[in-house]
Amino acid sequence: MKLGLVIDLDVCVGCHACAVSCKQWNTSGTTGPLTDYHPYGEDPGGVWFNRIRHYEVGDYPNNKTINFPMSCMHCEQADCVDVCPTGASYKRAEDGVVLIDQDKCMGCNYCSWACPYGARELDRESGTMKKCTLCIDRIYDEELDPVDRQPSCVITCPAHARHFGDFDDPDSSVSRLVRERAGYQLMPELGYNPTNQYLPPRLTRPVPVEDVKRKSLIHSVRDWVNKAVVR
Amino acid sequence: MHPAFSVIFFTVASGAGYGLFILMVLARLFNAEGMNGGTMLSAGILALVLISAGLLSSTFHLANPKNAWRAFFRFRTSWLSREGVFAVLFYPFALLYLLLLWVLDNQDSTLMNTIGVLALLIALATVFSTGMIYGCLKTIRQWHTALTPANYLLIGLATGGVLLVMLIMMNGGRGSSVAWLAGALLLIAAITKAVYYFWISKVIGPTINTATGFTRAQVRLLDTGHTAGTFLTDEFGYQTDPKQLESLKYMVFIFGFFLPACFMAAVFAGAGGWGSALLAALCMLGGIGVERWLFFAEARHVVNLYHGARHT
Repeated sequence: MKLGLVIDLDVCVGCHACAVSCKQWNTSGTTGPLTDYHPYGEDPGGVWFNRIRHYEVGDYPNNKTINFPMSCMHCEQADCVDVCPTGASYKRAEDGVVLIDQDKCMGCNYCSWACPYGARELDRESGTMKKCTLCIDRIYDEELDPVDRQPSCVITCPAHARHFGDFDDPDSSVSRLVRERAGYQLMPELGYNPTNQYLPPRLTRPVPVEDVKRKSLIHSVRDWVNKAVVR
Repeated sequence: MHPAFSVIFFTVASGAGYGLFILMVLARLFNAEGMNGGTMLSAGILALVLISAGLLSSTFHLANPKNAWRAFFRFRTSWLSREGVFAVLFYPFALLYLLLLWVLDNQDSTLMNTIGVLALLIALATVFSTGMIYGCLKTIRQWHTALTPANYLLIGLATGGVLLVMLIMMNGGRGSSVAWLAGALLLIAAITKAVYYFWISKVIGPTINTATGFTRAQVRLLDTGHTAGTFLTDEFGYQTDPKQLESLKYMVFIFGFFLPACFMAAVFAGAGGWGSALLAALCMLGGIGVERWLFFAEARHVVNLYHGARHT
């Protein structure tokens, strides 16, 4: 098995719900807590397994905002595991999930240096490295309904931008999505062969502008007055 | 990268210590002048002090040092683990070498020389591993080059050479052959460092386009998604004025290489006393400290691409 996520950049609305639900589930999970530093102070920080960045792609008027969620890619070639001197970082042979044994980690930060995707964050409170577990304490839990045996971020996403499944199975939903929507890996040139894949935005129908009339003089004056007058 | 003082001190001090030990064994093996009992003993002790202080300092950057003992178990894949194993393995050989030297009252013996050569090889392996810790990271193009371990080895040996000349002169010797060797090492180290600075000035590798997968248009960061700093921005977001970096490079070449090399030339020509030798050694350690600071400060991790950098 090769478990991972597919993230649909076409529909992600950038609401950060995945990050929040991840934090909520995992702070009491196997690698919890996800410590917060001065949460009510001026400079609130802390450990997150999910980070969402926002980019502008292309130049106006052919530009588009892309919301970009990133978590651990559970790479096939996981250098973070190879460089770990203590053996705390490991990649499970059965499903390819990369995890950190919190009892073995010495907090040297070396694995975070080896990770190109910024998936690993040190918890300054416990002194250990923490990262996305693909909700390992959830996806195999037979007490849960089968539909709930998915990572927290996937279940939460209101836009259905996140999909979870087995990439080794060519008929799984994630494999099909990658095939049909030309899913891609990030920074393939580094050779990490990340498992998680991203679906590019769909080509959209251009908005017709031929029928838009020029503004009349009276409309232009009214718009100018509306802008000029401070209410 | 954030230049952590503990790691800078560790790499400079232990590199100098291993370099000193290696050159001490070599100089003794080839019967270089001035390698009397006093020089050998003081060089051995200074080397061990530098190495131990460095190794101790390296544990200060660990967030959870109580698990540091586990770091010896991933020898098969991790250069950090290899460095730890070699560093610990060095001690019994080095101590036995010095003990035999003392017991045999400064007489040479095959056993002592064999142990010395073994310690020398382990010391070389340790410094090489230190370089490879950085050299093996594909995420930082400024480090991912064979020049990284080469620099670590050459600078460690050159620093050790300058320290050995200082100790020879403190023990009343002249040491012109060691000074010649140290001068040559300084020259080669300076050339590889210059090649390294030239190499990293050419931008290669991932860009913000390959990082996001949008390779057919301009990509600009709108928002990082957090209002305060994160572990990633603290650890990898270190940035400083490029002009300052440039002027520090001059300092590296003047204090780290040129002035010590001038002094080595003076010793070779028969001038200079132990006071100026000490000055040259301190000058070199300072210059190499700056070199190590630059090594970290100039390294740009690819995660910066996700925080808006166009290239690394």
